[in-house]
Amino acid sequence: MEKEFTLLVNTENNIGLLNHLSIVFTRRKLNIESLTVSESKIKGIYSFTIVIKTRRDVIDRVAKQLENIIGVIKVFVYENDEIIHQELAMYKLPISAIEKGLQIESVVRTHNARVLNIENDYILIEKTGHKADTQKLMEELKPYGILQFIRTGRVAMAKPMKDLEIHIREKNAAYEILED
Amino acid sequence: METKTDLKEETKTETAKTVKGSEAVILSLLHEGVDTIFGYPGGAIMPIYDALYDYQDKIEHILVRHEQGATHMAQGYAKTSDKPGIVFATSGPGSTNLITGLSNAKIDSIPMICITGQVPSHLLGFDAFQETDVVGISMPVTKWNYQVTKAAEIPEVMAKAFYIASSGRPGPVLIDITKDAQNQFIDFTYKRVHQVSGYFPNPKTNPEKIREAANLINNAKKPLLLAGHGISIAGAEEELTAFVNKTGIPVGCTLLGLSTFPTRHPLYAGMLGMHGNYAPNIQTNEADLIIAIGMRFDDRVTGDTSRYAIKAKVIHIDIDQAEIDKNIKADVAIISDAKKALQQLIPMVKTNVHDEWLEEFKKLEAIEFEKIIQKDIHPKAGQIKMAEVIHQVSERTKGEAIVVTDVGQHQMMAARYYQFAHTKSMITSGGLGTMGFGVPAAFGAAMGQDKRPVVVFVGDGGIQMTIQELATIWQHKRPVKIVLLNNGFLGMVRQWQQLFHERRYSFTTLVNPDFQMIAKGNGIESSKINTRDELKNSIDKMFNFDGPYLLEVEVEQEDNVFPMVPSGASVSDIILEP
Ligand SMILES: Cc1ncc(C[n+]2csc(CCOP(=O)(O)OP(=O)(O)O)c2C)c(N)n1
Repeated sequence: MEKEFTLLVNTENNIGLLNHLSIVFTRRKLNIESLTVSESKIKGIYSFTIVIKTRRDVIDRVAKQLENIIGVIKVFVYENDEIIHQELAMYKLPISAIEKGLQIESVVRTHNARVLNIENDYILIEKTGHKADTQKLMEELKPYGILQFIRTGRVAMAKPMKDLEIHIREKNAAYEILED
Repeated sequence: METKTDLKEETKTETAKTVKGSEAVILSLLHEGVDTIFGYPGGAIMPIYDALYDYQDKIEHILVRHEQGATHMAQGYAKTSDKPGIVFATSGPGSTNLITGLSNAKIDSIPMICITGQVPSHLLGFDAFQETDVVGISMPVTKWNYQVTKAAEIPEVMAKAFYIASSGRPGPVLIDITKDAQNQFIDFTYKRVHQVSGYFPNPKTNPEKIREAANLINNAKKPLLLAGHGISIAGAEEELTAFVNKTGIPVGCTLLGLSTFPTRHPLYAGMLGMHGNYAPNIQTNEADLIIAIGMRFDDRVTGDTSRYAIKAKVIHIDIDQAEIDKNIKADVAIISDAKKALQQLIPMVKTNVHDEWLEEFKKLEAIEFEKIIQKDIHPKAGQIKMAEVIHQVSERTKGEAIVVTDVGQHQMMAARYYQFAHTKSMITSGGLGTMGFGVPAAFGAAMGQDKRPVVVFVGDGGIQMTIQELATIWQHKRPVKIVLLNNGFLGMVRQWQQLFHERRYSFTTLVNPDFQMIAKGNGIESSKINTRDELKNSIDKMFNFDGPYLLEVEVEQEDNVFPMVPSGASVSDIILEP
């Protein structure tokens, strides 16, 4: 059965790594639902958050293959109930939306959104939440004529999060260095 | 564009030597003990070739006739020399000609380092003359690749390349060096690398898992060991034999595992898989324990995985964590170098015999012998059969030769009928099935060592894919013995057409050139036979000749390789005849 999985891929900052990661997915015809990269708390170590819909056995194999890429340190596979995740969305509306009856204050209150910017000709609203939540706000704003909508990929944290440094230490301990 | 020297003013260490990036490449190779390069020059790699000009006394450069040939030679060389094979090629078409060989080395875990020239860095991305994004193209088929745009990176990148290619599960590495980087000056110092961040080649063998495995082994009634390429990569052949002698467990070899265990050993059960032997395939589904070492349960070995090892617990030992549970689920997984795992297992397993279980193998072997082997190697009449040629070569060389094959029926025949007496003796394209591999790989194998004879079996189809390398063989006078098994067909494809496409021989008939003239034109001594009476003498003549030799044998045209596990079938549904 297909499910949504979130991969946390911790890597070195190597050129071409993203390309390498994506080859592993494309080889299996897996569509990347969302992808976000940022530096982790450890300098020089990056975390990719990748959302994939597939079967458990497939994602487990993919995770192992990702770990074989030189520069990948540790890959975690999570199902949705194992993580807290967020996405950020931005909505641009024409100022005329207010004339059409857009109640900015109520939108902000009921959706936990916020106004980032109001100019002469447009309003910028921001909301973080699950995809379903940001989507819901979009549906609500649609009648007022959205000029632009953009949403980031998912960022996620595992619920009982073990320190990444401990994970890395454990991984290193499972391997040895051989001088020939 | 030539850049001026970017020599730094800072004080140099005693060992530092100011050289161009191009020379730094050659010096790095010398630091790694390289004495042989297979290559082909061109514009973007000219500075490196210019540097090589001054080192001809230390490095032998083999000028190939096509870059694909260089990659296959480098692989044959790697297998016999135990060092990574080195390839030079220019940018653009030179580099794209490497892709087949890189893919082959990747899937068969062969250490190889390809160095390609690239257009100057300021032209990258401008579709310059002979610019190809070879780093992008080769990413899926290399273990690691990297583009160097500054000479200062060269020593470290080269050291990393050697370390990555040879360590853990070996594989090919491609280093692309822009022409300006080749021309910049640097202060050269070299340090070998034994660690790369984000790369974990050497798993510690988990003693807990070893104990679990030993427990299963000690309690198994019908155990079967599957020996793969990982055994020879780890140099664990002695440990394998010691383990088997102690436990009395029969051994089946994968195609790339052939020669890790002596063919004539009483516990040798034969080759696994599609065209393997009858007994080990049947017994895979009778066994109560499968011990797989350094093998990856390739689909050519397993057939239908849902009907594979149906009664068995599985112990899987492999150095690559991604192989565990990939194709076949393991009950006990040991992520480890094969040698280390076997060393730890041997003292923990009980001395044992499995007479009844072995008796079943004997019965199956007798069936295969009567129905297939006897007719294959001792035919009474008709045309020469491939199998009898292999058999005779095996007898003549007493199983001591290094056997190289191309891809097709002759490959399976060589795998089935050569009786390996010596370890590290089978060089063949397993995972990729690369036609054109055989002849250049055999030359590489002969470059990598000169103690043992090298014989290559090749079909009339495959030989034509890299036939230009006959000239390379002639030029360098290596005594490669080429046995061309000419059946006038793309035999293996024809066999499938016969069995599964109602004999509709769609474009598998070969209209061949005169191979004797081609051999002659390339300065290679040769002969051609088509009768059984001539066979033994002509094989003798080939081996007695001091130098490369091509023996063309006209063999039965529509001969088939049996037994066979039809694709999609279970291993125990192996068939002995159509
Ligand atoms: C480069 C490449 N192209 C196509 C194939 C598919 N193929 C596999 S075996 C084979 C026939 C080989 O014929 P030949 O070299 O005459 O050997 P034979 O099977 O007759 O011994 C072909 C075409 C392949 N393995 N490699």
